[in-house]
Amino acid sequence: MYRETQIISDNSILASPDVEGDLVINVGPQHPATHGVLHLVITLNGETIKRVDPHLGYIHRSIEKMCESLSYRQFIYVTSRMDYLSAHINNHGCALCVEKGLQVEVPPRAQVIRVLMDELTRLASHQLWWGAMAMDVGALTPFFLAFREREMINDIMEETCGARLTMNYMVPGGVMVDIHPNFQRRVHEFISHFRNKIDEYDELVTGNVIFQNRTKDVGYISREDAISYGMSGPSARGSGVQCDIRKLYPYEVYAKLQFDEIIETAGDSFARYMVRMKEMRQSLSIVEQLIDNIPPGDFQAKTKAVLKLPKGEFYSRVETARGELGVYITSEGATTPYRIKFRSPGFSNLSALDHMARGAKIGDLVAMMGTLDLVIPDIDR
Amino acid sequence: MPSANFEEQQWLNVNVDHNEWPGLAKSLRDHPDLNFDYLFCLTCIDWKTHLTMVYHLESTQHRHILVVKSKLDRTQPDIETVSGIWRTAEFHEREVYEMFGVKFRNHPDLRLLILPDGWEGKSPLRKDFEDPVNMVKL
Amino acid sequence: MWSLENISHSIDNWLYNTFDPTVAMLVEFLVVAFCVIGLFAMLGLVLIMMERKVSAWMQVRLGPNRVGPGGMFQTVADTLKLIVKEGMTPLNVDKFLFNLAPFIVMIVSMVVMAPLMFAKGIQIWDINIGILFITAVSSVSVIGILMAGWASNNKYSLLGAMRSGAQIVSYELSAGLSVLSIVVLTGSLRISDIVNSQSNGWWIFKGHIPAVVAFVIFIIAVTAETNRAPFDLAEAESELTAGFHTEYSGMKFALFFLAEYVNVFIVCAIGATLFLGGWMPLHIGNWTAFNHIMDYVPTFLWFFGKTFFLIFVIMWFRWTFPRLRIDQLLNLEWKYLLPISMLNLLFVTVITILKWHF
Repeated sequence: MYRETQIISDNSILASPDVEGDLVINVGPQHPATHGVLHLVITLNGETIKRVDPHLGYIHRSIEKMCESLSYRQFIYVTSRMDYLSAHINNHGCALCVEKGLQVEVPPRAQVIRVLMDELTRLASHQLWWGAMAMDVGALTPFFLAFREREMINDIMEETCGARLTMNYMVPGGVMVDIHPNFQRRVHEFISHFRNKIDEYDELVTGNVIFQNRTKDVGYISREDAISYGMSGPSARGSGVQCDIRKLYPYEVYAKLQFDEIIETAGDSFARYMVRMKEMRQSLSIVEQLIDNIPPGDFQAKTKAVLKLPKGEFYSRVETARGELGVYITSEGATTPYRIKFRSPGFSNLSALDHMARGAKIGDLVAMMGTLDLVIPDIDR
Repeated sequence: MPSANFEEQQWLNVNVDHNEWPGLAKSLRDHPDLNFDYLFCLTCIDWKTHLTMVYHLESTQHRHILVVKSKLDRTQPDIETVSGIWRTAEFHEREVYEMFGVKFRNHPDLRLLILPDGWEGKSPLRKDFEDPVNMVKL
Repeated sequence: MWSLENISHSIDNWLYNTFDPTVAMLVEFLVVAFCVIGLFAMLGLVLIMMERKVSAWMQVRLGPNRVGPGGMFQTVADTLKLIVKEGMTPLNVDKFLFNLAPFIVMIVSMVVMAPLMFAKGIQIWDINIGILFITAVSSVSVIGILMAGWASNNKYSLLGAMRSGAQIVSYELSAGLSVLSIVVLTGSLRISDIVNSQSNGWWIFKGHIPAVVAFVIFIIAVTAETNRAPFDLAEAESELTAGFHTEYSGMKFALFFLAEYVNVFIVCAIGATLFLGGWMPLHIGNWTAFNHIMDYVPTFLWFFGKTFFLIFVIMWFRWTFPRLRIDQLLNLEWKYLLPISMLNLLFVTVITILKWHF
């Protein structure tokens, strides 16, 4: 399973469906194991995968083209629908880009609230990932346990932001409304409840021999290959790549917080799994550090009603639950952007699936996709 | 070093002629002081007179960032692929091909990625793309 | 006392006194057939309901609670639905085999019920090779599964059926060897002898270590044989193939579904008979007073209690463990379970000869 780090030219494999004895099957687009509408065309030789060809576009909504006719205040909320599990973080990335263009300083209270919301979203996203991953490998109970905890975060979000999934809360300059008076108390309750639950999760799934056999040595990708494929986020950190934007290019108050960047070197599915489990603990500790220290003040910087970015290009990078989201705005000085490009983490992570799946068994494909944590609307935009 | 001119925006921008791009790309990745091994964004912008390919490169070792831009002719946009150098370019270039119509020479598998069948040649992200039925412009 | 044994004896006597012996025998056949079919149907209803309620309890939710008090009639509603569903037969199937397969699986389940003792004296056929009969007949169900996979004209069904077939055939070996351990301890293949030999204690206690090892292996092997829980790759929802029963709908699917749950009951019944004493109440050696108190609980309650406890354990497995991959599954059997059960059999034989059991 351990491959050389050479760039393989794949022209020979492209012709293989014509080889005698090969089976071409479809996984998806409607399938319980692909998280979203992902259509994989797999070429099999017996039980071994020869090639995985993703067919995307089932949920393509031409967001980039749409944003060219939306104002700078409006386009942020379309991005909640891109990676809906890290909705806050997507919005945050867009808001940061606009603020870079406007040269607006975000007040400290807004910065702390934004980071708190980001980390709670990261926790919620990892919880859902954990439940779905366990369900894919066959353990059906953790799904319900994960959603029980996720409900607590959804309720907190609903009280403050007004919505449970696509929380349109970030604006260029800060946040839309101030946090609810109950926010701190509820987050405290959540922290104390969840601290025990993470240990329970470890007992239930992580330590299970069957689960470890399903994920160890499955889907190996080396560090050089991971960088070459542009992987980011926990999927790359499982192969030893240091790519946490919160540590490398800190934004908001991340520079002042104490948390570790989790790196595992094994490069297989189990390593990626462990990275996310440990990240949940780190996010919990970040929330704990911040929840009692929200500075008083404005929750929004004063900006004009109609925003106009100066002529030029602006790029902001944030760390979503899946990896590095890049928002690249090219502006001509009008009230709408000239061109927006969203560099989504899932797009690059998916391109590595073919590399990982070659030579593996069909039963391993599900374990691999589970640990890559793909959300298809993020890929299709 | 090939001919290039530099601008300073958020990061160092380099404008390169599209014929010289492949040589520069290889040396950017392989030169020990540069070591740009992480291509984190590959896109194209349609300025109405020409197209511009934009590559955002980062080095995981030295942590410097470079933006490479290359002007392409609008009627016949053609550039060499870099998917042999940075594997992530394979999918990104397919997306640019379908959205802007840029042909990538020597790409291993250049076909539509996100758009459904039947959209070959339509290049929807170009500024002159009109779809009177579905598009609503503000 | 109104024990089942007395009732069955009195019916038997009345029939033979009133009618011609041949007619009486035919009537008895019919009565037994109806009882078995009735038990089959009742078990199907109860077990499916139990599965849903147990899974709901483990997953912090309620389960069906609308149809009937506490959701009791949910399975009745499900059965009605399956009966009126359109039974689609795909285009190029092998019609004869396609229609025959569910019946084979069901008939096998029913026939295997013959030697089982449900209570003291309640047994359809006390054949002298009881346990061998059960093991032999239950192997025939593999044919039904392979038939279903092949006749469906669907490459995914075929894949699933092949996997199922390989899995069942492999695990029959370990199951058979653990059953053999108890047969060695008892000295007889007849079910009534096996149960009677546990009148001073169940084999799982009397046969200490080798019996416990055999029990554990037996439970693992029968979970794999009935295609359940960690070994259900062939029919898993989130895997690629939907298993050998993809192309079946309506009543035929209902038969497969029912046969699967009744199979679980049967293997748990066998486990209860061999290891946990069947209908024998919990007796401890020579503690006559204790034994006498235990005798007050009717024997059919003992039997069904033990069987349902084992069914609960098997359901517990399903909702706790992730699934094994097919090669890990076969690995487990051929490299681990089979050698252990063979050594265990050796050990048990030594113990029986030297009389080192209780």
